[in-house]
Amino acid sequence: MSSTLLHETPPSRGKVWLLLACLLALIVASFWSLDLRWAEFAAPDARAAMVKFGASFFPPETSAPFLRKTGQALLETLAMSALGTLLAAFAGLLLALPASTAHADDPARWRPPVRLLLNALRSVPELVWAALLLISAGLGPFPGTLALALHTTGVLGRLFAESIENAAPGPAFALRVRGVGAGATFLYATLPQVWPQIISYSLYRWENNIRAAAVLGVVGAGGLGQMLSYHLGLFQMRETSTVLIGMVGLVAAVDALSYLARRLLGR
Amino acid sequence: MAFSVAAPTPTAEPLRDPARAARWATVMLVAVLLWPLLVWTEFEPWQLFDARSLKSTARFLVAFVPPRHDGEFLRLMLAETWRTVAIATAGLTLAFLIAMPLALVSTARLSVSSLGGRMAAAPFVLRQAARWAAIVLRSIPELVWALVFVRVVGLGPTAGVIAIGIAYGGMLGKVYAEILESGDAGTTQALLRNGAGRLQAFLYGTLPQCSTELVSYTVYRWECAIRSSVVLGFVGAGGLGQQLDNAARMFAGGEVATILLIFVALVAAADRLSLWLREQLG
Repeated sequence: MSSTLLHETPPSRGKVWLLLACLLALIVASFWSLDLRWAEFAAPDARAAMVKFGASFFPPETSAPFLRKTGQALLETLAMSALGTLLAAFAGLLLALPASTAHADDPARWRPPVRLLLNALRSVPELVWAALLLISAGLGPFPGTLALALHTTGVLGRLFAESIENAAPGPAFALRVRGVGAGATFLYATLPQVWPQIISYSLYRWENNIRAAAVLGVVGAGGLGQMLSYHLGLFQMRETSTVLIGMVGLVAAVDALSYLARRLLGR
Repeated sequence: MAFSVAAPTPTAEPLRDPARAARWATVMLVAVLLWPLLVWTEFEPWQLFDARSLKSTARFLVAFVPPRHDGEFLRLMLAETWRTVAIATAGLTLAFLIAMPLALVSTARLSVSSLGGRMAAAPFVLRQAARWAAIVLRSIPELVWALVFVRVVGLGPTAGVIAIGIAYGGMLGKVYAEILESGDAGTTQALLRNGAGRLQAFLYGTLPQCSTELVSYTVYRWECAIRSSVVLGFVGAGGLGQQLDNAARMFAGGEVATILLIFVALVAAADRLSLWLREQLG
């Protein structure tokens, strides 16, 4: 942001102090109202217990069968995120059509309700969807995949709808005045324009979903998260440690790949 | 001889997409590649429609209407909503306290030794260490931190606050450093060259350029923290999430409906507030 833009309208001094006072009040009220148990950290025996707890994670379990199981869970996590994102891209595109105004004369009757639906899908986090879906889909990676798909549909649907509305109207107009139907107009005039955006938004969400899928399992929805909460629940710390390493490794690999991809594509 | 504009003659056969063979081939290829994904994720949608699962789903959904709205329950929910906001706020405060030193230490722009060419070895190592510390804190998801800390400090908001504090501390530290590096380096370096201390150069050279961006990113992260404090409730860190988890386990559809509605409203309110704050300060 350029500094000339910044200083055009500085907020008035009184307003800033008022906001700061409100912020301080909020912070103080938060710490005061929560029964936080800091004392437990300070006590010497608690610190010893913490050290012992930390030490119990080492060394990580490295027996071949367990590593194989962790690898499978890792693959399952990746598969969940990929399939969830793909389903969401399809559903998002389908919902983005009624959620966007295709041209000036388009009544777009369905736009408000479909936007509301997309917002609702989006504002419930994946983990909450997973916890609710367990009731109808049982334990395992399937409810996890569906949960990722539902949340991501809300996100992608809105982004796609905005891309469609921002696409240049010329090509679609040219087809429409020739009497080409709405479906073919979309497929041959609008879709090719928004396709690059669809791909890049979907890839971006896939990256997010790998991270989300890794932890989604703690409510029982498959992948590495399910293994983590299982072994942690049984206090099998060495196994937990291996799963944690797998999880962090996955997240770090995704971060590094996405950083590399951005560098390569950005040049 | 009369000229006439040639009307498009109706062709006998319908127009064909010239690229259709390639398109169908792509679709087929993707379908083949997808198959293992479907197997690995045990993707069996018909599970949703077998009689038993349909019955339990229907019973659960029917109980959604009406959402539970008696005074006692709503009062409890109000308290839990506040707890959710308080966990997010306290967690973010902790995160800020972790992030600010990390960002200050890792900002290469405030290096005195690099004014004369290359940065000296010791400060370079220190800066890299701070950068990596932020990355490591951030790369473990807050949910995992919460799971671990619930084992240490027991159920309750303490685990949630620490989890948000650590994970967001790393995230804020990394992004703060990036923002501080993004502005014009001239003022900061001029101050340093003229003998200002690092903190002075930061306060009068770097910070004024980036303050708006720093504040608006922090406000945005506060909004995210509210969302994640709900999620942390699922592993026992208190607040709305824990109530939602309990209600879903007991198949109490009415309670689930109320909590979901409150949650959506809370997220929307935080969204509005954060937008408004960013406009006020921007």
